[in-house]
Amino acid sequence: MAMTLNDDQAMLQDSAREFMKSEAPVKHFREFRDKECKDGFSHGLWKQFAEMGFTGILIPEDDGGLGLGHIEAGIVLEEIGRNLSPSPFLTTSVAAVEALKSADKAMRQKWFPGILAGDSVIGLAIDEGSKHRPANIACKAERSGNGFKLSGKKQFVVQGASSDMLIVAARTAGSTGETEGLTLFAVDKESAGLNIDPVRLVDSAVAAHIELDGVEVTADAVIGEVDEGWSVLAKVLDAGRVGAAAEMVGVGGGAMDMTFDYLKQRKQFGKVIGEFQALQHRAAHLFGEMELARSVVLKAQNFLDDGDERGELYSAAAKAKAGLACNLAVREGLQMHGGIGMTDEYDIGLYMKRDRALNEFFGDAFFHADRVATMNGY
Amino acid sequence: MTDLETFASETRSWLEENCPPEMRKPSKGDDELCWGGRKFEFQSDAQKQWLEVMAERGWTVPDWPAEYGGGGLSRKEAKVLKREMARLGCRAPLSSFGIWMLGPALLQFGSEEQKRRFLPEIARGEIRWCQGYSEPGSGSDLVSLQTFGEDKGDHYLVNGSKIWTSYADKADWIFCLVRTNKEDKYRGISFMLYDMESEGVSTKPIQLISGASPFCETFFDDVKVPKEYEGGVSSVVGEVNRGWDVAKYLLGHEREMISGMGGDGGTASLGAGFKHVMESESVLRGQMALFDVDSLAFRSHAERFMDEWKSGKAHPAYSNLMKYQGTELNKRRFELVMAMGGSDALEWESEASKGGSKARSWLRTKGNSIEGGTSEVMLNVVAKRILEMPGG
Repeated sequence: MAMTLNDDQAMLQDSAREFMKSEAPVKHFREFRDKECKDGFSHGLWKQFAEMGFTGILIPEDDGGLGLGHIEAGIVLEEIGRNLSPSPFLTTSVAAVEALKSADKAMRQKWFPGILAGDSVIGLAIDEGSKHRPANIACKAERSGNGFKLSGKKQFVVQGASSDMLIVAARTAGSTGETEGLTLFAVDKESAGLNIDPVRLVDSAVAAHIELDGVEVTADAVIGEVDEGWSVLAKVLDAGRVGAAAEMVGVGGGAMDMTFDYLKQRKQFGKVIGEFQALQHRAAHLFGEMELARSVVLKAQNFLDDGDERGELYSAAAKAKAGLACNLAVREGLQMHGGIGMTDEYDIGLYMKRDRALNEFFGDAFFHADRVATMNGY
Repeated sequence: MTDLETFASETRSWLEENCPPEMRKPSKGDDELCWGGRKFEFQSDAQKQWLEVMAERGWTVPDWPAEYGGGGLSRKEAKVLKREMARLGCRAPLSSFGIWMLGPALLQFGSEEQKRRFLPEIARGEIRWCQGYSEPGSGSDLVSLQTFGEDKGDHYLVNGSKIWTSYADKADWIFCLVRTNKEDKYRGISFMLYDMESEGVSTKPIQLISGASPFCETFFDDVKVPKEYEGGVSSVVGEVNRGWDVAKYLLGHEREMISGMGGDGGTASLGAGFKHVMESESVLRGQMALFDVDSLAFRSHAERFMDEWKSGKAHPAYSNLMKYQGTELNKRRFELVMAMGGSDALEWESEASKGGSKARSWLRTKGNSIEGGTSEVMLNVVAKRILEMPGG
């Protein structure tokens, strides 16, 4: 395991960098924000992602995908983050694909082609409260005929209203707070009793509150085993966390580069402000924090790709560290830009908003630091 | 099995057979390390035996060329050896400034005669070196150093003093920055090697806030340093007046070394040992958790840095960043150690506190971000050289 990118990965990085910069730069994001689009992303861009091969990175070769790993997915996510490119990549091509890898053949055949083609979008309906507590699931799935009947509420379902299918974590046994007794279901968007209420978030992404009012699904809708959903969900969450962390390496990196450029241009007191040691030291410290985040994210990706048991600990550390570093980058970025940083016209504020949302997604830095402590035995 | 796997399994069985059980427990600080040298007294037979068997294979310096007493291992093999030693908990057989600092400088800048004269005896632990860099008036601004070596034909006459010379009182020889030209600040310094028993050399230990005296003041009073030792071995490494290049290289190496303390995907946690305290201290537990996150990040970071450094992808000034981060993290670690320890950790001499080991270690770490370049100097270098911030 090397902690540097190999030649193929470096090539993917070049093409992803070039692609996002030309097809989905911050300007693209602004257009979607300002035209009151119901999805918050472009389906045309999603098709282009497919043409580039991005959507199938984590889909196994036997299922028609590229069979690559989290390092490769992370390379794309970093560029998404750097350009604030709006897309369903993280939820659909990373987290949902991880879930579907545990699904039976019929379900894989139903969804993988659509993801590969950039036609399908899949949402994750896990959280039930305002903070990410994936074991705190009250949403119920009761046996009903040949299948199940789902009842409960979900929130922070990113792109929920644009999704063709939702992966719903529901309780088939046990009680709230327990990891046993959970089951994952693939719920079609047209299902009767499924109410989706889209809400726009601070970063202009569209998430949804979802109500499942006795939604009937067949036994075929179960992903993995009944009552054993946690084993799949844990993998989905680790994939999502490391993915979100990689995206934050991009968001923080983008904010940082923009800020350093500004420090080299802006003049006050007859000097370029980057000459002031007070700012230089903060800039150097920030650079270091972002580098630490990049390293621990790469380590976590390596462990996930190798199926190493340390992947869980390092995923938590990666999400925590990337969250803290990216947050520092946007805060320092805004402050160092001064007044212009407070304007909507300037991009640094957009990075701050994106950081806030990504920090919450799949659990914030405090949640994951707490998990690190627990996993470390205290 | 690949060659590397074969090497790993052979290494493992060799270590199991040859590493004495006493050498498989972590050392409790500098005092328990094997430093080697003429004046060194082994603390146990096991320590002596461990040094001998490892030196015989060149594994005190696994990646040095075999012709100079090293193991001649490739980067990957050296990494495997390190991993296997860590797995068994083997101590380093030999710790020395010769291995860490002078050796790399000689490999990079030394003449063939210098390499053959000095490297094998470093590898075998027969000589202990100290480093003469800082002076009372030249700390962060090292290049302003004043210790002067006057050219007297066949020798230099060295006068001046050094400070923060690590274990100068226990060292056999010194590698020392000596001004040989007063006209040129940067190109007027030579990197000189000489015997600490030379007439005119004296040392005075400095007592630190931790109570220990790992450093000395070192005085040079008309010390005669021959230009050439027996066998045509020059006393100056690299060109005369170009010692600053060697010093800079070594400082980079030192920072790299300090920053390499991360390990390979390790999961050891500081908090794990203090479960009982944290059950009733939620804020402290939170601080510890954030520390563990940073600690895992830094381990990954050190590993990535080494991989990039060795494949030539790292920025040459990156070791400055690593030095800053590694030392600041270590200071934070010991602040938490003290907080966890409570009043027990305050005890300075008691047996229960092992002679105040926590408090003394805590105080010692405060020097980490000063020695070898202060954190502030590191940040200056990162800002200017990596981030290319403007200004002088």
